[in-house]
Amino acid sequence: MSNTVIKIENLSKSYLLKHQQTERYSTLSETLVKKTRSVFNSKNSSNKTVEEFWALNDVSFDVKQGERVGIIGRNGAGKSTLLKILSRIVAPTKGRITIDGRVASLLEVGTGFHPELSGRENIFLNGSILGMNKQEIQRKFDEIVAFSEVERFLDTPVKRYSSGMYVRLAFAVAAHLEPEILIVDEVLAVGDAEFQRKCLGKMKDVSGEGRTVLFVSHNMAAIQNLCDKAVYMKRGEVQMIGDSEKVISTYLKGSSANAEMNLADRNDRSGNSAIRFSSVELKDTSGNILAAFQSGKDAVLNLKFDRIKGKEIKNLHIAVAFDDEFGQRISHMNNEITNEIFNSIPDDCNEVEVHIPRFPFKHGLYTFSLYATVNGELADWLNEAGTIDVESGDFYNTGKQLPDGQGKFLFQYNFKLPSKF
Amino acid sequence: MSKHKIIIEPGTENSNYWRDLWNYRGLFYFLAWRDILVRYKQTVIGILWSVLRPFVTIVVFTIVFNKLGGFPQDGDVPYAIMVCAGMLPWQFFSSAFSESANSLIANSNLLTKVYFPRLIVPASTVIVSLIDFLISFVILIGLFVWYQYVPDWKILLLPLFLLLAMITAMGTGLFIAALNVKYRDFRYVIPFIVQFGLYISPVGFSSSMIYNHENIPQYLKYLYSLNPMVGVIDGFRWCILGDNTALNISGFILSIIISILFLFLGIWYFRKTEKSFADVI
Repeated sequence: MSNTVIKIENLSKSYLLKHQQTERYSTLSETLVKKTRSVFNSKNSSNKTVEEFWALNDVSFDVKQGERVGIIGRNGAGKSTLLKILSRIVAPTKGRITIDGRVASLLEVGTGFHPELSGRENIFLNGSILGMNKQEIQRKFDEIVAFSEVERFLDTPVKRYSSGMYVRLAFAVAAHLEPEILIVDEVLAVGDAEFQRKCLGKMKDVSGEGRTVLFVSHNMAAIQNLCDKAVYMKRGEVQMIGDSEKVISTYLKGSSANAEMNLADRNDRSGNSAIRFSSVELKDTSGNILAAFQSGKDAVLNLKFDRIKGKEIKNLHIAVAFDDEFGQRISHMNNEITNEIFNSIPDDCNEVEVHIPRFPFKHGLYTFSLYATVNGELADWLNEAGTIDVESGDFYNTGKQLPDGQGKFLFQYNFKLPSKF
Repeated sequence: MSKHKIIIEPGTENSNYWRDLWNYRGLFYFLAWRDILVRYKQTVIGILWSVLRPFVTIVVFTIVFNKLGGFPQDGDVPYAIMVCAGMLPWQFFSSAFSESANSLIANSNLLTKVYFPRLIVPASTVIVSLIDFLISFVILIGLFVWYQYVPDWKILLLPLFLLLAMITAMGTGLFIAALNVKYRDFRYVIPFIVQFGLYISPVGFSSSMIYNHENIPQYLKYLYSLNPMVGVIDGFRWCILGDNTALNISGFILSIIISILFLFLGIWYFRKTEKSFADVI
C-alpha cells in the first residue's frame, strides 16, 4: 500500500519584487499613471524597479501514503511557499502537483478564531474553516474540549483567554482533523513545552493511522522524532531528500560549516547600498576562523561589506540582531547604544568586527539579521542573513551546564550573603 | 480515494468550481453565523439596532421630504409607508454591498491561511444583511398597523424583488471586493457609492416624480433608470403600495438588465482574479 499520494513535478513560484515600494498593494492612480506613461514611451520603459524572485525553483518529489515527511531549511528557503501551494492558497507559476486524498492544512494555529466569540463558538467556526462539517465537529466536541483543558472557560469570549489557553484550544481543534493528508507549518513554536509534547504525540497517532503528514519545522528534535523522511530546502530548491537523520545532519552541517557566510548574492535586502554586507565570519580573538561559537568563549563576529569605490562612508551605524530557532528575538547588538558609531571608515577598509566577550548564548542555532545605516540613511538591511551555531561551553568555569529548557541566555552573577554577615 | 484527486497547475480553470462551492456550503453557513453572532455582541440593545436605524431615517425622511419639502406621495398612501417601502431595500442593498465589498480585506487572515472557494466570503455577508432586512421588516408591519393600511395581493411578489436586490448587491459587491484586494482606493469609493446612491435612488421621494416631470428630458429619465436600485425600489413600492403607484415598465426592465449584467461582470472578474488574492492582499 505504498502508492504515491502527492506528486510534485517541476514546481516553481515567482514573485515580482517591487523595489522602493513598501506596500504590496498598489493604488489605482499609480497603475493608471504607469500605464499611461508606458503608452507614451513604449520602447525605453524598461522598468528597473521590478525584479523577479523565485521563491520555489524546479522542485520535484513524491510523497507516499502513510509517510511522515519533514521539510527543513532556513527561513526564506521556500518551505512555507511550498505548503501554501500544496494547500491551494496560492497558485504556482510553473509545474504541476497531483494530490490524491482529502487534504487539511494547518498553516497557523487558530485561523479564523474570532476574539468576540466564546470558546464553544470558536470550536465550531474553526473546525468548519479547517474543513470539518457540523456533524463531525459535534461528534468530536467533547474530545476537543478535553484535549484543550479549557472546559471551565467554554462560554467566555476567547479575547479574555490567556495566550496559552488560546493556543491549546486552537490546536485541540486542529488535532482532531481526520484528513488523509495533513499539512502542518511550524505551529508547535507556540505553547508551553508540555503541550508541545502532547501535540507531537497526537500528530504521531494521526500518522500511525496511515495518514500522510507533511511537517515544516525549525525544531530539529521534533522532526527527528516525528518524521521518517525529510526534505532539505535551500533558496527555493530541494537540496537533499532522504532518511530524516541524515538530512538533518547534512542541514546542520550545511548551515554552520560554511564558517564564512557569503551574502553577496542575496537579493532579499533593502537599502541604498552605500555599504552592502558581503560575508560574515566567526573568529576567535586570535583571528582563527571558527565553524561555531562556544558558550563562554570570547567571540569575534567579522562583517565584510562591499562599498562604492571612491565614496567615503560617514557615520556608519551597524546593528546585529539574534533570533532563536523559533524566530523569537533573543538580543540585539548595536554600535549606537554603545556610542561606537564609526564617524568615518578608511578608504581601503571593508570590514568591521564585533568583539563579544564570553559568548552568552546557550548551545543551539541562532539566526541573525544585519542592519546598517550610513549618514542616517538605510544602507543595507538583510533579514535572516545567516545562522550561527553555538556549541556548549563552560560559561561558568565550573564544568557545569545550565539544563535544557531553562532559557537561552547565560550571564554572570554571584550568590552572596549580605555584607553584614 | 480518487474522488479527492486534485491537480494543481498554473492558470488552469478549476472545472469543479461550482461543485466545490457547493461542498463548502458548511463554511458558508458558519461564516454567516459568525458575522451574525459578532454583529451585536457587547451591545446593550443588540438586534434592536437593525430596527432603530432605518426607523429613525424613515421618520427624518418623511419630515424633510414630505412635511418640509412638500414632496407628493403616491396616491393616498401615507408618506411614511412609501419611504419605508424604499428605505428597507435601500438599507439592505447598502449594507450588503458595502459589507461584501469589504469582506475579502476583512477576512484576509483566512484568505492567506486556508483554501476555500473565495466566493463564499462575500456571499455569506449578504446573508447577514438579509437577516437584518427581515428583522427591520417589522417597521413596515408597524406602519401598516399605525396607519391601518392593508396591502393587496401584490405584496406576495415581494420576494422576487428582494431577489433582484440581492442580485444587485452581489454583483456590485463581488466586483468591488475583487478590485479592493488589489486597489485599496475602493475602500474610499464604497462609502461614496453608498452615500451618492441614496441621493439618486427613489428612497425619500417617488420615482413618478422623475418619470412624470415635464421639464426632465427623456435621456435623463433613462439615465436615472440605469441605476439598478431604481428598479428594485420601484418594484418594492409596486408590491406594497398596490394600485397607488404605477411601475415604469421600460425603466424597470432596464434596471433588471443592468443588475444581471453586474452579476455576470462581478462573478467573471472575481473568478479571474481570485487565484492571486492570497499573493496580493
